[in-house]
Amino acid sequence: MPADLKEGRIVVVGASLAGLRAAEALREEGFTGSLTVVGDEPHAPYDRPPLSKQVLLGQATAETTELPMRRDPDAEWRLGVRATGLDLLGKRVLLEDGESLPYDRVLIATGTRARPWPHEDEAALDGVFTLRSREDGAGLAERLAERPERVLVIGGGFTGSEIASACRELGVQVTVTERGPAPLVGALGGTLSKLAAVMQRNNGVDLRTGVTVTALNGNGSFTGAELSDGSRVDADVCVAALGAIRNVEWLADSGLAAGPRGIACDAGCRAFNMYGIVTDDVFVAGDVSRFPHPLFGYQLLSLEHWGNAVEQAEVAAHNMVNPGPLQRPHLAVPVFWSTQFGLNIKSVGVPTYSDHVVIAQGSLEARRLAMVYGYKGRVTAAVTVDMAKSLDYYRHLIETAAAFPPPPGAADRAIAADVTIPSDVPDPSVLSHGPTVALTGHLPDRRLTVV
Amino acid sequence: MRTVVDLTRCQGYAQCVFLAPGVFELHGEEGLLYATAVPEDQEDRVRQAAAACPVQAILLGEEVSIGAR
Repeated sequence: MPADLKEGRIVVVGASLAGLRAAEALREEGFTGSLTVVGDEPHAPYDRPPLSKQVLLGQATAETTELPMRRDPDAEWRLGVRATGLDLLGKRVLLEDGESLPYDRVLIATGTRARPWPHEDEAALDGVFTLRSREDGAGLAERLAERPERVLVIGGGFTGSEIASACRELGVQVTVTERGPAPLVGALGGTLSKLAAVMQRNNGVDLRTGVTVTALNGNGSFTGAELSDGSRVDADVCVAALGAIRNVEWLADSGLAAGPRGIACDAGCRAFNMYGIVTDDVFVAGDVSRFPHPLFGYQLLSLEHWGNAVEQAEVAAHNMVNPGPLQRPHLAVPVFWSTQFGLNIKSVGVPTYSDHVVIAQGSLEARRLAMVYGYKGRVTAAVTVDMAKSLDYYRHLIETAAAFPPPPGAADRAIAADVTIPSDVPDPSVLSHGPTVALTGHLPDRRLTVV
Repeated sequence: MRTVVDLTRCQGYAQCVFLAPGVFELHGEEGLLYATAVPEDQEDRVRQAAAACPVQAILLGEEVSIGAR
């Protein structure tokens, strides 16, 4: 049997980070069969994080972020072609050009796309952007290089905050609107969101919280926006940073457990069908997946993290070419980073899976700290600000289910290291933007009729 | 030559910034920004930086050429 799994036909749907790393890993694992990678964008796999940082700052161009390959995956690349369906019984991936690709095993890594501004005619105004693709990055960088009078960023999540940071670094005026009480509150909770708000204002961002944008104005070109508090913002560029939508629509009739929160899979990256029965020839990796994690109550996690795409793709590839007893679980602890306003924010674990936090090292005043998150007396996450070297220590505490608040572990332990305060994580529905980490539980996405 | 840094691993030791300042740059105390396309005259320096990285977070590769069919 193992020999058979190293042969046959594998189709990877999705040609970004997870798709590329899976293709490479399949060859490293000894897969010698035919490998096809399908991508709807007409580009070789490229890296997205620089698009909201180096590319906006003009330090790199959007055309130069192709991902280096660790090895040639010897794949047939079908780029610029969208997958439109999956026939589980016939074992075929259907493409928009009418062709269908037969497979023995398939990996779904179709990722997410930017949530557009909901009013189509307003979204179509010249100067209104989202930021996800290479074209988005190139277009926005070009506008920023022309030094607009003011940029309006809708949504104070990570992407919105990084765009605002780039604007200020370029000397461009920027207004950020956030429906919640502060930027980053959905990902990091109340305390660090206050630091994020201070950093934005200290850097000259016109930050408006507790408001929504009710209309985008313009006649052909964007000229400004109306806010829910009755005020208006005059600006010539607008970026809707409203979070992401999972690319699952093409699976609507497939019979897989695919919905707005992603495609449910087991710890081995095998997709569930809509009856909750695990498949053994359909695998999922990257942003489009939701998978159970034992450290977080076996809730299904959806992570929009670079590192998760890499690690889950490698586990999926391993499991695609190895028999059951040799398969591996995807148990990596989530890690995330963001660089903004001169601060390096890194997160390990799931900060939203928390009830209390404690500042274990450093302080808010110093703009350098390690905050530890706990849930029911157990360490579940940590976030460092300019203290990345401490992150591995806290990862170890999370992996070993250490007691919260954590015991003394660092020489620069904060005075208040035993004073826990509520983590103050809001309901995601009060935010402008979707969360980059979602605890999606085991809720079915739709009612089922068993046939 | 193309480069990508696994910023999940990066801990801000900044060895790369000393070895190839034309390509790697710190944003604040430890946030790393880098040129995704390595200029030809910097390639040796970037190879040294990749080798010296204490957490081995720098991945180098040639520009990929994948023809869309």
